[in-house]
Amino acid sequence: MIKHLKILEFAISSLWRRKFKNLGIIFVFSLIIFVLSSILLLTYSFKKEAIAVLEGAPELIVQRISAGRHALMPVEYMKKVEKIPGVGAVIPRLWGYYYDISTGGNYTVMAEYSGLKDLVNIMEGGFTGEKGTCIIGKGISDARFAGIGSIIPIIGADGKVRKLKTAGIFTDESRIITNDLIIVTPDDFRDIFNLPDNMVTDIVVQVYNPTEVDNVARKIKKILPDTRPITKNEILRTYDTLFDWRSGMVLTMFLGAILAFIILAWDKATGLSAEERHEIGILKAIGWETSDVMELKFWEGLVISSLSFLTGLIGGYVHIFFFGASVFSPALKGWSVIFPEFHLMPYINPYQIVVLLFMTVIPYMAATIVPSWKAAITDPDVVMRG
Amino acid sequence: MILHPGILALLGGSLIVVVMLLYSSYLGIRILRRWDINSSSEEQLSLERRTYLLSTMMSFVLAFEVLSIFLFIYTADDLHRQFVGAMCATGSLNANPAGWYVLYLGILIFFLSSLWIGINYIDQRTEGFPFVRFKYGFLLVITPVLIVKTYLQAKYFLGLNPNIITSCCGALFSGEGRGLSSSLSSLPIRPMQYIFFSVVGIFIIMALVSIKTKRTRLWYITGVMSLVVFIISIASIVSFISLYFYEIPTHHCPFDMLQGYYNYIGYPLYGSLFSGTVLAMLASTAEILKKKAPSNSNIERYQKKWTLVSVLFIIVFVSIVLYPMVFSTFTLEGY
Repeated sequence: MIKHLKILEFAISSLWRRKFKNLGIIFVFSLIIFVLSSILLLTYSFKKEAIAVLEGAPELIVQRISAGRHALMPVEYMKKVEKIPGVGAVIPRLWGYYYDISTGGNYTVMAEYSGLKDLVNIMEGGFTGEKGTCIIGKGISDARFAGIGSIIPIIGADGKVRKLKTAGIFTDESRIITNDLIIVTPDDFRDIFNLPDNMVTDIVVQVYNPTEVDNVARKIKKILPDTRPITKNEILRTYDTLFDWRSGMVLTMFLGAILAFIILAWDKATGLSAEERHEIGILKAIGWETSDVMELKFWEGLVISSLSFLTGLIGGYVHIFFFGASVFSPALKGWSVIFPEFHLMPYINPYQIVVLLFMTVIPYMAATIVPSWKAAITDPDVVMRG
Repeated sequence: MILHPGILALLGGSLIVVVMLLYSSYLGIRILRRWDINSSSEEQLSLERRTYLLSTMMSFVLAFEVLSIFLFIYTADDLHRQFVGAMCATGSLNANPAGWYVLYLGILIFFLSSLWIGINYIDQRTEGFPFVRFKYGFLLVITPVLIVKTYLQAKYFLGLNPNIITSCCGALFSGEGRGLSSSLSSLPIRPMQYIFFSVVGIFIIMALVSIKTKRTRLWYITGVMSLVVFIISIASIVSFISLYFYEIPTHHCPFDMLQGYYNYIGYPLYGSLFSGTVLAMLASTAEILKKKAPSNSNIERYQKKWTLVSVLFIIVFVSIVLYPMVFSTFTLEGY
């Protein structure tokens, strides 16, 4: 045991003697680990955030599909759905997108419905339910410098401007869902978008027994073949796959960088200076065995990779959770003019660390095996003779 | 289904290890054909030097395989959300049958490469490297197993189709009628408890008796017993041990206990079981080697040491199993 610790000590001091060469490797290696850990940490927190948001989403949404596209749904459909056993309330929803010319952003416009208040009940001011009033998200309020009582002009489908009075603003906590949201009354919504009275965007179906959701969805599809029932679990599964795919995609793009680094590590480990060869020669002449020299090289590699791993991982953590992932978020988050500025919840688990180890330290250690063996079999007399 | 960080890491790492083992096998064949310890030719010297490279590579392979078993289970667990009806790693492994074989082969490779390293350890500490041929013949057995495992692993991940929303309708209709069973069938609890404790008891007694009497046959029996202990323990974990950790009489998953929610109890549990088994197997393999070795004294010392440590590990394993059975308020009286 003591012998191994002594070799470790020797390895650290020999690394220190050649600090500039080794610091170079540590710097490049840390940079690679920093990039990869940023990607992993960022996608995992997005995933967490998305799942947390969807916790509050309705269990079952039914949309109508016409010619392969999402279409408006006649109100009569609701009655058919209501008759299915096990179905509780059927709530119609009205929502859509509105492109605002003055800010260049897309807003999500939604009419108030009965279940909405429970989902997003965090707001300043309050919803009055009066015609001509609205509640806006923080992002819109910031973009338009609008406070409570301000007027939000909206151009309707007929080209005329409606002036909506702000009755409330959603607060920061719910930013990820409410940032670009405008809530209006159903009457205003129909007026703005020129929607017929007997049509809704989609419906939310309440199912009493959560294990029956899939069955109810199946029945709806049977009764109303032109609809698409979407369960919450399906949305969760899709998000999960989506974020895995995105991070895998970005990681693959950095595969070239990892390869380049491995070649660098191989090269650095092979190109021993005359002085280093001399040193190994002397070590072997004074009684070190080949396996001892290999152990020395192994410790050197382990020290370099642990140092770089910790530096890179901590760097990635700070980058994601304190600086809001300024470098990578555009690639992973999606694209929008009004995007929520949120602080990600610090979240790290052993799985990410092991994945990161597999992608960085294992290739590095593998690349240094052959060069360190080459160094270790050096014949003392050949080297010392020069 | 390949662009998942965990899958990329597993496939990439496996490729590195396969390349290493292929190179090792090439060297192994050369050593098998040309090795002559009495020769002082340049070739023999170069081969002797290469044995150092090989043993380092094998240690690397072993370390990788141990980590890779856990990463595989973790990845399967991470994927379970994407399959209808899957609740943990079991569900994801059921999603494509190749998954279970990858896990079994991973465990097999763990045992084989540990045995290899043990034999190598003895070999390097015995005069004249008497086991060189045995060692490299054995290496040629490990390589194909690893290649098959890597192939199945790739097949498993490439064959996974997550149930996501498709453009025509929800995914639950595309997968209609093909539900996943998310749990494992398990053996009856009471008889399993009796078998488990008696098998472990017999193993410990056999191991201690072998150390005392040093009879060849007893060593072999201990080695076989360690394998029986391993299989019975895995069956017991699924059958009743897991129930005590989860405190739910229907939850038989052998993987969930690796999660932080259960205080990572799975790591010491599986760690002690695997180490205990492999050390006992190593001690009985050493018995086979003893016949070829010039002086027996050293091997016997290792045998004794390994068996003692193995018994210690198994005792730790049983203590972890017993702890919730004795101290928690959860009982299985109705079952």
